[in-house]
Amino acid sequence: MTEGSATAPTRISEILRQNEQTLLTEWLQHQLSAKAFRSGRIKESELREQSLEFLSAFIRALQSGKTFDSDSSAWSEVRDVLGHLSRSRATQGFTSGETATFVFSLKQPVFARLRQELSRDPAALAEETWAISTLIDQLGLYTVDLYQKGREEVISRQQQELMELSTPVVKLWEGVLALPLIGTLDSSRTQVVMENLLEQIVSTGASLAIIDITGVPTVDTLVAQHLLKTVAAARLMGADCIISGIRPQIAQTIVHLGVELGNVITKASLADAFAIALERSGMTVTRLAPRA
Amino acid sequence: MERIPILKMGAYLLVTIQVDMHDQLALTLQDDLTDRIVKTRAKGVLIDISSLELVDSFMGRMLGNIAAMSHILDAETVVVGMRPAVAITLVELGLSLKGVKTALNVEKGMSLLEERVRGRVDGNGRFER
Repeated sequence: MTEGSATAPTRISEILRQNEQTLLTEWLQHQLSAKAFRSGRIKESELREQSLEFLSAFIRALQSGKTFDSDSSAWSEVRDVLGHLSRSRATQGFTSGETATFVFSLKQPVFARLRQELSRDPAALAEETWAISTLIDQLGLYTVDLYQKGREEVISRQQQELMELSTPVVKLWEGVLALPLIGTLDSSRTQVVMENLLEQIVSTGASLAIIDITGVPTVDTLVAQHLLKTVAAARLMGADCIISGIRPQIAQTIVHLGVELGNVITKASLADAFAIALERSGMTVTRLAPRA
Repeated sequence: MERIPILKMGAYLLVTIQVDMHDQLALTLQDDLTDRIVKTRAKGVLIDISSLELVDSFMGRMLGNIAAMSHILDAETVVVGMRPAVAITLVELGLSLKGVKTALNVEKGMSLLEERVRGRVDGNGRFER
């Protein structure tokens, strides 16, 4: 919209302001009959509150006569309302389409009002309808953008949490570290695992690390390669590695794939690996008293 | 000319690399070290790279070569104190220094050397399964 049409929004805003109550009622009815509401993810009172908040912010912004864009101060209130709305909808499990429908469903009641008020001036009616339609489209798209951004934030936060959660290095004994791996190993995780393990080897002075892959669902050539890289890096630091927790299926897969584990020590269970570790550090485990 | 000092400690030679290695320096070290092994009839070589922050494929290969040469001259080589970042770099370069023994620090490296020279550990440097 150009400077010349700056009066147009004011006219709409006047019409909308006078009919705010009717608009709200019609809009709510419209939303309440929609499928998204019937699924029961949102309460009627909450929907009413959100609608009222948005509508009043929308009309106030319209009265300022400024066109919508993503950083004008006149629309900041509308943007806040939409931002809050799309975030809460994202966590309530609404789809992006359902979230956008919140804004788009305003069109019908607004058009009905305009038709009523401007019935004597068809040219003005067409112009106003076009203007408000474009505006609502913009707001709807803005909402979808925000919704998507919210979802992406959730995903990246989860990824980060998963990354931190799944790579603990535990000290089993003096000079013996264990690395229980859970989940699939990809390149970025291997990097984190490797760095963690090597840092721990330095700080604890461990000479043996047990990599337990009980929690790794599948071992393909790539995963095996990542494991071998970790073992090689630990060896360069002067620590030997034992791979434990190899399930029968995994042993079969490794052989079928022709993966060469070289002279890496492998054990079926963590207990066996730990026994080797103790033996190597010159320790024995004995029962102090005979079992009762 | 810049040189890396080689210290004799009993039957072993101790090399601590405390400067940034460049290719010529590595080649000089290789010459000096083989000379010293023959002259002193050393049984073992301990190379401390704990202050080395940068390695390239050439350096990785040099370490491997030095170990292989010492082995031919009947001296065991142990590389000690490799930093995590250096270890990761070498692995990513595909150089896992197969023939080189490693230890976390000089102390552990020394005891590994002593063990190996006394022949307590089996031939390929690994404990029995």
